[in-house]
Amino acid sequence: MPKLDKAASLSGASGIGEHTRDPSLFRPSESEVNLYQLHVEDLLSLNPNAEEDPTVTDLDNKLLLRDLLDISPVLTEAASAIIDDSFTRCFKSNAPEPWNWNLYLAPLWCLGVIVRYCILFPIRVVLLTVGWIIFLGLFFPIHIALKGHDTVRKQLERGLVEFMCSVFVASWTGVVKYHGPRPSRRAKQVFVANHTSMIDFVILEQMTAFAVIMQKHGGWVGFLQTNVLESLGCIWFNRTESKDRLVVAQKLKRHVEDPDSNPLLVFPEGTCVNNEYTVMFKKGAFELDCTVCPIAIKYNKIFVDAFWNSKKQSFTMHLMRLMTSWAVVCDVWYLEPQTLNPGETPIEFAERVRDLIANRAGIKKVPWDGYLKYYRPSPKLTEKKQQNFAEAVIRRLRNDS
Amino acid sequence: MGNSSSLLTQYDLEDLQNHTNHLFSQREIVSLYERFCALDRTGKGFISADEFMGVPEFAVNPLCQRLLKMLEGLNFKEFIALLSAFSARATQQDKINFIFRVYDTDANGKVTASDILQVLRDLSGSFLSDKQRELVLNQALEQAGYTKDSALTTEDFSKVLGNLKMEVEVPVD
Repeated sequence: MPKLDKAASLSGASGIGEHTRDPSLFRPSESEVNLYQLHVEDLLSLNPNAEEDPTVTDLDNKLLLRDLLDISPVLTEAASAIIDDSFTRCFKSNAPEPWNWNLYLAPLWCLGVIVRYCILFPIRVVLLTVGWIIFLGLFFPIHIALKGHDTVRKQLERGLVEFMCSVFVASWTGVVKYHGPRPSRRAKQVFVANHTSMIDFVILEQMTAFAVIMQKHGGWVGFLQTNVLESLGCIWFNRTESKDRLVVAQKLKRHVEDPDSNPLLVFPEGTCVNNEYTVMFKKGAFELDCTVCPIAIKYNKIFVDAFWNSKKQSFTMHLMRLMTSWAVVCDVWYLEPQTLNPGETPIEFAERVRDLIANRAGIKKVPWDGYLKYYRPSPKLTEKKQQNFAEAVIRRLRNDS
Repeated sequence: MGNSSSLLTQYDLEDLQNHTNHLFSQREIVSLYERFCALDRTGKGFISADEFMGVPEFAVNPLCQRLLKMLEGLNFKEFIALLSAFSARATQQDKINFIFRVYDTDANGKVTASDILQVLRDLSGSFLSDKQRELVLNQALEQAGYTKDSALTTEDFSKVLGNLKMEVEVPVD
């Protein structure tokens, strides 16, 4: 749809996050171009006898007041953002259309609801509980008893985590198709994937015991993070701490250099996106001086929308929704490992990998920083626009006098 | 808010169309309603300033604070009435009136040099001094046949601004 692209390019000129050095940030805004063009037109129409010709000066002068009063380009940009913007679109839950609007379809749908809630859901809860009991019953004893025998302990723990994740996937009747060669355990490599929900981690983890870098949560998820996932070598970060990025970058570097550590999984978008778009990748995972193995994940919304809208529901509610649907269908593609090309910056590298992932998964790219979900854009972006306007006015003054 | 177009009946749509002088088609109104409900995350019936500022493209606009004062707290009917100036079917007078409203913050029907200076301040920020802005504006006003004490009306705006292109396409699916 051409309209979507148009909105993206308007915002593209002005909305890119501070850690990208995309040259299109310095493309002039419409208001600057407007003033500029009028200025050029005037220079062309100016003749040496302008003073004697009142109509020319009249037009010229009226134009000056017009330039100052005409805020229509700026207003158009603002209205365009209000009516539709590419950032909000990334986080819109696109629920499947309801189809139960018929005399014979409605009872079928009701039957479906009964089956899902009263038959499938209890079975899944039982399955999950049994799985948890087995897992916790084996994990903690092994963790404590085999304290000295680290290699064996870690192997067993990895196996247990993979088992637990398979139980989780089974509890939502996950139909996952894996394409491509399975990840191998090697030093100096990091895996990156697009992010839709925390279940991305579970789906990938059931195949390979990754060490993942995640936002630290509270509640039962936090408990699991501290007591179980840390043994895998997982790293925690806190979005709200500004110094955090440096500390995390150091931890990442240390992890990939250790040949015994589990392969590292990073979600460079930094936040959950609705699986129709990708936001900009943060460059942290691409500056570690190692091979980057991209993984593309695409969910089929046929039975349920797997996007976790963290502002709308807690993770527990999200899991409940998955467990009361028929199935979670998705495709996982393990793509060809990439290395930094000579002369390529980490940001360009990140964009190149994002291209690969977006193309494979069939999702669109937007030039926005995912953290804008939590923070306002930097005032520097507004200041750039103000600066352009001011410079155009000064230039005009200088040439007029 | 789920499938929100089912919440607007044909009566609602016709009422809304009348309110906006038929500047939006029914499909556009449905689309705008979905957008309104998406921005109004807590379902209050109006969009708060915070929710508008959650749109990064809007938040980086130099005039966003002015527009916020016009837009926040409006219900859907008032919201689309305000935005109707950006429809392709809107007249030049509609667009002039909208721009006039942006300048005329005290809504007294007159735009003075100080009103214009305030908008210029929003547009140029700290990159021009107050003195420079006054200088440019006074020069422009004098050359256009006004004085720095003139109070401009919508007619003056029409005369100065002439033909405007100010339209936004509402995406319909």
